[in-house]
Amino acid sequence: MTPDSEPDNEHYCPICKFQHLYCRERTPGTPRWRLVVPVKEKKLMDVKLGELPSWILMRDFTPKGIAGAFRRGYYRYYNNYVNVKKGGVAGISMVLAAYVLFNYCRCYKELKHNRLRKYL
Amino acid sequence: MNENLFTSFTSPTMMGLPIVTLIILFPSMLFPSPGRLINNRLTSIQQWLIQLTSKQMMLIHNHKGQTWTLMLMSLIMFIGSTNLLGLLPHSFTPTTQLSMNLGMAIPLWAGTVAMGLRTKTKASLAHFLPQGTPFPLIPMLVIIESISLLIQPMALAVRLTANITAGHLLIHLIGGATLALINISAITALITFIILTLLTVLEFAVALIQAYVFTLLVSLYLHDNT
Repeated sequence: MTPDSEPDNEHYCPICKFQHLYCRERTPGTPRWRLVVPVKEKKLMDVKLGELPSWILMRDFTPKGIAGAFRRGYYRYYNNYVNVKKGGVAGISMVLAAYVLFNYCRCYKELKHNRLRKYL
Repeated sequence: MNENLFTSFTSPTMMGLPIVTLIILFPSMLFPSPGRLINNRLTSIQQWLIQLTSKQMMLIHNHKGQTWTLMLMSLIMFIGSTNLLGLLPHSFTPTTQLSMNLGMAIPLWAGTVAMGLRTKTKASLAHFLPQGTPFPLIPMLVIIESISLLIQPMALAVRLTANITAGHLLIHLIGGATLALINISAITALITFIILTLLTVLEFAVALIQAYVFTLLVSLYLHDNT
């Protein structure tokens, strides 16, 4: 594919009226527009594999950012499994199962000694 | 076996970092706040339960005592949910720690006593002497009543700690006994397993009852003092 030339800050996206960065390739007579979103603002699924390390490093690691990430994750789970019209016991039992698993991993070191001595 | 029995009561650390705060904060994730008029099923059930409990518990109080509704309702929700979550396998129960129960009991009890002494000084001091006591017995009775007053927060905290800790220990012991008996005699292991099942049912009840008792006693102290 042809490489991106310099982004053009002057032009607005005609569809959603936001100012995206447009990259205009100058072929004679036919300007081509390609949407260029900065890597920092991309969602995870839109990030290309090569950009992944730089995307991870650019995430917000302040306490506020981490709290925001937990909040988003909580609401994503809540709205998907609990806050539905006919939510059942599955929504909360998945949380409890994950809690049990978390506690098992936490005390694995002490539980290791309770194994039957056959296979040390 | 001695070390195994009490390791579940140590302060939880994960890779060297203490996570006891996270574990204390975890039950709050299970109580979503009702945002709408008609909520989802989980929130509606919790709302109904809390309304039932608050009506049952706060009707005996006057207007001044009913200002404590939020405090007492969050207390019973916290203790109940923490105790119930502690019955899951391998989990850590913060209410087994005496430090935490003292931290809950002493401020609440002191708050009720301070409120009584501030607003109704004469009436709250009159609690030290029951009506109709013979004159020679008065000094002794005042001492006894004041000791019983000072022991209230200790009793609140120790009651909760001892009940939950004892229940967990019994489950550990009987579960270990069941496992050990399987190779020796299957029928005895079956009997022990039935005992374990009954004990677990009891523990579920105890978890809720202890929360209720704690909150009820605090509300009684409040009723005396408002």
